[in-house]
Amino acid sequence: MSSTRAAPPDRPPARRRGRTGAADRRMTWRDRLYRFDMRYVPYLMIAPFFLLFVVFGLFPLLFNAVVSLRNYRLDDPTLPYWAGAENFSRLIADEDFWNALANTFGIFLLSTVPQLLLALLVASLLNRKLRAQTWWRVGVLLPYVTPIVASTMVFSVFFSRDFGMANWALGLLGIGGADDPIDWRADKLHAWIAIATMVNWKWIGYNALLYLAAMQSIPRDVYEAAAIDGAGPWKQLWRITVPMIQPVVLFTVILSTIGGLQLFTEPMLFDPNAQAATGGPDGEWQTIAQLIYKVGWKDLNLGYAAAMSWALFLIILIVAGLNYLLTNRLSGGRR
Amino acid sequence: MTTRRVVARAPQDTPAGLWTYLLLAVSMLFAAFPLYWMFVIATSDDEALAKLPPAVVPGDRFLTNVDEVFSLQDVYFAASLVNSVIVSVVVTASVLFFCSLAGFAFAKLRFRGSRALMLFVVLTLTVPNQLGIVALYIVMGKLGWNGTLLAVIAPGLVTAFGVFYMRQFIVNTVPDELIESARVDGATTMRVYATIVLPAIRPALAVLGLLTFVATWNDFQWPLITLSGTDYPTSMVAVSDLASGNYVIYRRVLAGAFIATVPLLVMLFIGGRQIVRGIMEGAVKS
Repeated sequence: MSSTRAAPPDRPPARRRGRTGAADRRMTWRDRLYRFDMRYVPYLMIAPFFLLFVVFGLFPLLFNAVVSLRNYRLDDPTLPYWAGAENFSRLIADEDFWNALANTFGIFLLSTVPQLLLALLVASLLNRKLRAQTWWRVGVLLPYVTPIVASTMVFSVFFSRDFGMANWALGLLGIGGADDPIDWRADKLHAWIAIATMVNWKWIGYNALLYLAAMQSIPRDVYEAAAIDGAGPWKQLWRITVPMIQPVVLFTVILSTIGGLQLFTEPMLFDPNAQAATGGPDGEWQTIAQLIYKVGWKDLNLGYAAAMSWALFLIILIVAGLNYLLTNRLSGGRR
Repeated sequence: MTTRRVVARAPQDTPAGLWTYLLLAVSMLFAAFPLYWMFVIATSDDEALAKLPPAVVPGDRFLTNVDEVFSLQDVYFAASLVNSVIVSVVVTASVLFFCSLAGFAFAKLRFRGSRALMLFVVLTLTVPNQLGIVALYIVMGKLGWNGTLLAVIAPGLVTAFGVFYMRQFIVNTVPDELIESARVDGATTMRVYATIVLPAIRPALAVLGLLTFVATWNDFQWPLITLSGTDYPTSMVAVSDLASGNYVIYRRVLAGAFIATVPLLVMLFIGGRQIVRGIMEGAVKS
């Protein structure tokens, strides 16, 4: 990628004033402008990104470490400045934290696995010669452009105990029904399923397009060879398509890990009493991101919230790493 | 033996059968129904909400419900729409300008450390920005920006993804010879950017612009933290305010949610092709 740069600075077309060192001092303003343009303008062009990232990305991340070692309460500035490891030792003994961790993982598993499998199916449906091809592709993106705030409001009504559409639909299938409706907000598993459904709805289409793009870049002769070997469509999907698009599968797994472990909007607004940020009366579906919000901006303990953010960061790193290894294995990667 | 011959084609060359269309239609129904039902409730009275089988015919109370949403005292719905437009437009314009500028520099200009700096940009892509959110709040507090739109706008003005996306596009589409010949004619870097790069990357600008607008408009957590309780919410914060309180009137909530969704549906309708392309191109390159 470096061989294609244009106009290297050591071959200026406008240097006509002799080649000795003394000539540098007699440069015209034109030469100076040229030199400035070649040497410094590229840095000016990339500076906005780095400036903004340092101020609003890197610095907060590092400063977060400092805050996590401090007593930083918005409602009580009289506490001693440093807290040492207090916030972290409190974290380890905090039942709310472990509860939120379990919820986050529960919802994460219930959303990621079906999401990616269904995305694979939708992608293989789209990977045909279709009439009105563009419209199908745009159609699966409807959930992607819908604000999570808006869709969560709709799903909150779907998953109400009485007169909820989810219970009605399940009743048609002979599950629950009007006499014995499921209370989706009464226990962990059902709350997790409800929230995972929202996450799945939102991201299946998006992931399907990622898979579709990868599927279409598979060389055609691979399929021809497989057909000669007698592989049917289903076998082709699992034996050829999935292994061939493995890098994108890894990419989506990592994306949904990062997104899934930071889940916030859905669990927040699934709660009729969203302002409390407790994720249900007994924290049935409180996620870590939600707990951080509650500790920081409802209990006003920013120091403790910062410690929690670090814990979340570590967890994301570990899980993303594990996922990477696991998916690499499962999807038959030889690399 | 005839079945073999059908299979010998790659899937994308195989015409879709009835089952494919049927299953796709079902997927479409699942994707669209929540949105459609949101509209139905937004146009109905309180009774439609609890109807089973669900109400599927829009009512005639849309304007009444909308009027109620706009006249609620503590929600500032009208202001919130204006705020969301301001935030999304400013962020999108800025992302397009700064990311294309940096992308051009990384793609076509030669300067010391460019490779290492580009690697740094890619690495920042993997850092979830939510993790520094506590400290970000403190930083904004020191700047005095909490509770203002500045706090929402500033962190989004230029993104690592945008720089990366623009760099890839410019590497592949802007020919070196074109830039070189402009150089020989004495064009400065900025002139090359304005006269050669910008016209060539219009499709990429459309894609990045749409994706950025959608993401900015839909952002909830950070605006909630920094703006809630003020008179200047974004539309997402305002919609969540509609649903708070002891007695929630869902036809109002969903009317508000529907209004806040319409701009994005319009965008998908107009720019759907570009959005699809942007997502699919991103997948192949990453």
